[in-house]
Amino acid sequence: MLRGGRVIDASGERMADVRVADGRVVEVGAALTGDRVLDAEGCIVAPGLVDLHVHLREPGGEDAETIETGARAAALGGFTAVVAMPNTEPPQDDPAVVAAVLAAGAASVCDVHAAGAITRGRAGEELAPMGELHALGVRIFTDDGACVASAGVMRSALEYAGSLPGAVLGQHAEDPTLATGHMHEGEWSSRLGIPGRPAIAEETIIARDCALVELTGTPVHFLHVSTAGSVEIVRAARARGLPVTAEVAPHHFTLTDACCASFDPRYKVHPPLRTEADIAAIKAGLADGTIDAIASDHAPHPTESKERPFEDAPPGMLGLETALALTLTELVEPGVLSLTDALARLSWGPAAIAGLAEHGRTIEAGASANLCVIDPRLEWQVEAERLASRARNTPYEGRRLTGKARHTICRGEAVVIDGEAQR
Amino acid sequence: MRHLLSIDDLGRDGIEEVCALATSFLEVTSREIPKVPALRGKTVATVFYEDSTRTRLSFETAAKRLSADTMSFSVSASSVKKGESLRDTVQTIEAMGVDAMVVRHGAAGAPHRVAEWVDAAVVNAGDGRHEHPTQALLDVFTLLKHRGSGFDGARVAIVGDVRRSRVARSTAKAMATLGADVTLVGPPTMLPESLECWPGDATSDLDDVLTKADVVYLLRIQHERVDGTRFPSLREYTTRYGLTVERAARLGPEVLIMHPGPMNRGVEIAPEVAEGPASVITEQVANGVAIRMAVLYSILGSGGPVA
Repeated sequence: MLRGGRVIDASGERMADVRVADGRVVEVGAALTGDRVLDAEGCIVAPGLVDLHVHLREPGGEDAETIETGARAAALGGFTAVVAMPNTEPPQDDPAVVAAVLAAGAASVCDVHAAGAITRGRAGEELAPMGELHALGVRIFTDDGACVASAGVMRSALEYAGSLPGAVLGQHAEDPTLATGHMHEGEWSSRLGIPGRPAIAEETIIARDCALVELTGTPVHFLHVSTAGSVEIVRAARARGLPVTAEVAPHHFTLTDACCASFDPRYKVHPPLRTEADIAAIKAGLADGTIDAIASDHAPHPTESKERPFEDAPPGMLGLETALALTLTELVEPGVLSLTDALARLSWGPAAIAGLAEHGRTIEAGASANLCVIDPRLEWQVEAERLASRARNTPYEGRRLTGKARHTICRGEAVVIDGEAQR
Repeated sequence: MRHLLSIDDLGRDGIEEVCALATSFLEVTSREIPKVPALRGKTVATVFYEDSTRTRLSFETAAKRLSADTMSFSVSASSVKKGESLRDTVQTIEAMGVDAMVVRHGAAGAPHRVAEWVDAAVVNAGDGRHEHPTQALLDVFTLLKHRGSGFDGARVAIVGDVRRSRVARSTAKAMATLGADVTLVGPPTMLPESLECWPGDATSDLDDVLTKADVVYLLRIQHERVDGTRFPSLREYTTRYGLTVERAARLGPEVLIMHPGPMNRGVEIAPEVAEGPASVITEQVANGVAIRMAVLYSILGSGGPVA
């Protein structure tokens, strides 16, 4: 029983208690009773958050993260469902690997959905067995970490996926012939002598893929959109009625390329941190609905792999335990998004893209009990050592944030209570 | 001075101080026994992740002439790929007891990271495309010796693959700091992607720049790395951007010609021009030892008299 909270979902908001039993919401109303009461006074009760973009590193990268530890980090961040990217080792281009990921996910504290690779080995050449993966429940296909660079291969993948109900192709939009460097190409890369990854590397792929969507009719979801130009292209495509969606990562509305001046590879990420102007465009895209989802692009790396020079270190940063707080601190507090719109981008928006019927639902009797209780006023400081993730590569060390998940209910189980993981 | 990571660490006064010290050390190097006990008991390690006989030799010679002990550590590309982190490597070296590390690395910012991980002083001997501050110091030192203190307003053309050159970035900043008017020259594929942080202007018209240059600084064309997208061929590069005999003949009599070495004779510079009276290229190398003595002394010295 969640007592005294302000319930916010796609249908609106009201003050209500929420009673859960056997994995379902059984009652929403005033002055309810229950065997076990979780205090939600002063808090928001929302559908559990959904992260379309996480790297859980299992199999193959267990020194950085496992499905168990990544799911715990997700639950602590308020997420009840995550989509695990396929760049594991071996990659999720094979039914056996996907089945193993799903099995490990089922035992964890968060719903783990596997993305399937678009191409074998994520090499961008031959199609992965998308039909077999679809039969296991895969709905998002992506070579994330790599762009499907060949227009011919992308066209075939879109055509083929058109026969798989609910399938959406996620594009990591960075043309590898343009994105050869390590940070945003611009004033700072020129100053620091770090080879760049220009904005056009992203924008040319997004523009091209919009044309392919128009041709094939198969939906494309653009992962971690990071430039003002990309937002504009997606906005125009949606205005034409094309089935394209987009997500942004919190670091792309929080940090800029100036961070790279420290040469600290914790600020290295693909696509790279951009400029203030890009941040402004992303915020505008979030506000007007061009961007449907906020996704963490949680990318754990072992400490030693970031103890290298910037150019030699792998890209990626932690995100699951800071995504909600950054959304509240950077977007809701300054008035870029209303609380409801922020939750739409973190919960029911992404749930719709991934086709997750059990997540992001209106909180009413009969709905699955995937819920989070958010304390929107809690101030806290990011400390890498206290994160549940196995890795420590957060770029937000020492940063003060406002808002945090207090309780998380996944499949009816209170997996986080008062900010503490229960298992 | 604790470290020398970027030419920005010095400022005008710092550059002039190092150059003044180098003048004293140049005198030392011309003695019969070119050695002073200034850094006796100190250990300088050269830690090179990139091959470079010249820069390493210059630093080691400088350290030895100051009576420091030297250690030399080369890291092949393959052992990096085996996964030893840079942090582990430099902390291991430091554990052997070094007072200064001279670091060259193929990645920008590597010496900056090293400086965070070790207690030893760190000197950047070239990091990726980023900086090569001791090259910049020896360049301005060489120029100062020819122009005396009248550096202000000297028109310096830096010609070549400026975008990918650590020498260009450091030298352009150092020269501009001392009041030179810098112009960057090369095809657009070799000019910086953004000029906001660079001193001076950029142009692709070499012949126009040469009519008003006081110093022509040619960068080495790294043709071993040419991939065919920066320029079509060495022949075309030489035709458009090489300092050929014909171009050199049009330069005024006072114009100085510089090059950081090693030269590709016949590519960015004609052999006759490199050997000609306007060239100060050999002098740059000699000044390099004195400048590196000055840098090591500034960092490790007691502050007492030089010799």
